[in-house]
Amino acid sequence: MSDHILRLDDVHTDIGQYQILHGISLNVPQGGVHVLLGRNGAGKTTTLRTIMGLWRARTGAITFNHHDITNLHTSDIARLGIAYVPENMGIFGGLTVAENMRLATHSDRFDADRLDRIHDLFPAMKKFWDRPAWALSGGQKQMLAISRAIIEKRDLILIDEPTKGLAPAIIEAMIAAFREIAQDTTILLVEQNFHFASSLGDSVAVIDDGRISHHGEMADLVADADLQNRLLSLSMSA
Amino acid sequence: MNKQISALFDRIGGVYALPIILMVIALPLVGSFPTWVTLTVAGLGMGMMIFLMASGLSLVFGLMDVLNFGHSAFISFGAFIAATVLAALAVWVGADNWMLNLLALTAAVGAAMLFGLVAGWAFEAVIVKPVYSDHLRQILITIGALIVADQLVLVIWGGIPISVPKPAFLQGSFIIGDVSIEIYRSFAFLVGTIVFTLLYLVLNRTRLGLLIRAGVENREMVEALGFRIGRLFVLVFVVGSALAAMGGAMWGGYQGLISGELGSQVMILVFIVVIIGGLGSIEGSLLGALLVGLLGNYVAFIFPKLSLASNMLLMMVILLWRPYGLKPAIKR
Ligand SMILES: Nc1ncnc2c1ncn2[C@@H]1O[C@H](COP(=O)(O)OP(=O)(O)OP(=O)(O)O)[C@@H](O)[C@H]1O
Ligand SMILES: [Mg+2]
Repeated sequence: MSDHILRLDDVHTDIGQYQILHGISLNVPQGGVHVLLGRNGAGKTTTLRTIMGLWRARTGAITFNHHDITNLHTSDIARLGIAYVPENMGIFGGLTVAENMRLATHSDRFDADRLDRIHDLFPAMKKFWDRPAWALSGGQKQMLAISRAIIEKRDLILIDEPTKGLAPAIIEAMIAAFREIAQDTTILLVEQNFHFASSLGDSVAVIDDGRISHHGEMADLVADADLQNRLLSLSMSA
Repeated sequence: MNKQISALFDRIGGVYALPIILMVIALPLVGSFPTWVTLTVAGLGMGMMIFLMASGLSLVFGLMDVLNFGHSAFISFGAFIAATVLAALAVWVGADNWMLNLLALTAAVGAAMLFGLVAGWAFEAVIVKPVYSDHLRQILITIGALIVADQLVLVIWGGIPISVPKPAFLQGSFIIGDVSIEIYRSFAFLVGTIVFTLLYLVLNRTRLGLLIRAGVENREMVEALGFRIGRLFVLVFVVGSALAAMGGAMWGGYQGLISGELGSQVMILVFIVVIIGGLGSIEGSLLGALLVGLLGNYVAFIFPKLSLASNMLLMMVILLWRPYGLKPAIKR
């Protein structure tokens, strides 16, 4: 149990009067990339938002690194070491790239090694360092959102559909970047792009209608065409 | 707008050029240069006082989407508290010594701002905090609080307008050739410029300011990065209330005679300024305030009958052109 960095135990989340999550249980092991798949509206984003405390679980428990974070304030959850890259990227358009990154540091100082690493991963971040973020392209905004998540050491990074709207070439570059990032942190990745998900994922969970409908190794899912068909036809038929 | 015109407009400074363009257009309409200078300085001074009152409201709305109709209570209280302090310090106020004058003025404005800080903090905790993210209740409860506050002004200072003593060094006008410039308005312009500069530096050069600007754009993301937006908001609210009280204090001195309606009267201008400036940006508030101040003074001279309508017309024209205001904080 101690090798799980994040555990969701029978989490139910309501948005307004609608019940969205009907008991999500999920164990995320320490290290590696763990993928959440599911069709549109299945509850993937809601799951990540509930982990971050942006929605409140009505019942159930969320444990991160042995802390019960179920009822913590979002900012305290973040300070425990979770970074969140939301579906809309959450870029501050009126701020420069540098300012966006500076806000993501808790110390207000950049670690030179980490900054170099980010500039190697995403050269555009160096090139547009002092530009306002609204002027970045969609792919560059996504790179900035990811850079913010890794500018300081975080134990867990939650990323919501980073490939949405990106060109295939950029997606390939992202796969390489994610491999590199996953070397010293744990990633919980929500993804619709099966190629991206299967190239990166160690384990996979499928959400359907607010419940986990499958959980296992990514390699098993990749090898098992039947299972894939069943889960992914279910994923795609919305 | 036609492409060439809009390119030219951007080259001369974009929306920042608007007050200058307004001044240039007004010159031939006013006809006389000395009168134009007098009106221009009067408009800039008035604009800066409105800016003081508008900046806080704009940031409060930008940061938390909180609609605070109670803002005008801080303006009224600021004016009355400053008037009371000035009356109590009448000897200093009237002394033939600018240092004593300044001391009296500082005490008066300081008392108003102190009230703004303390009352702003209490107002936020008791009235506003329970209704975050519920606009209808915000409107109802802040209007309710405003009615109570306005009645308190009546109870404390009575229903009869009271006069505000003007420190001796701010009385009268500079006369340069044919041009006469009111000292009080020049002073108001100076004070407003200093406050704007300080706000600008805090917002653009400090981490606190960075957090506020980020919060105006996306509260949730600021929290997800590990910061408490609630604490930031209390701070902005309290400073905004103190600036409103300061603006009220200055406005009272400029009017000379103040009554309980002062707050709600200026509040119309303040709302117009916040809306045409764009929510959540102090540059926008400054631009809006200068335009409203200048236009108000020019129109009162050129077409006195249009005085009331002019600011409404300004707001309509600007919103038709830029629906989010001149300088909205959020890039869309
Ligand atoms: N703010 C909201 N108010 C009401 N219902 C919502 C809200 N946000 C999400 N929902 C509903 O909750 C369900 C799950 O949404 P969620 O965003 O978690 O899905 P998702 O799996 O991330 O989908 P997608 O792949 O489209 O991003 C959907 O039915 C959606 O309509
Ligand atoms: Mg989603």
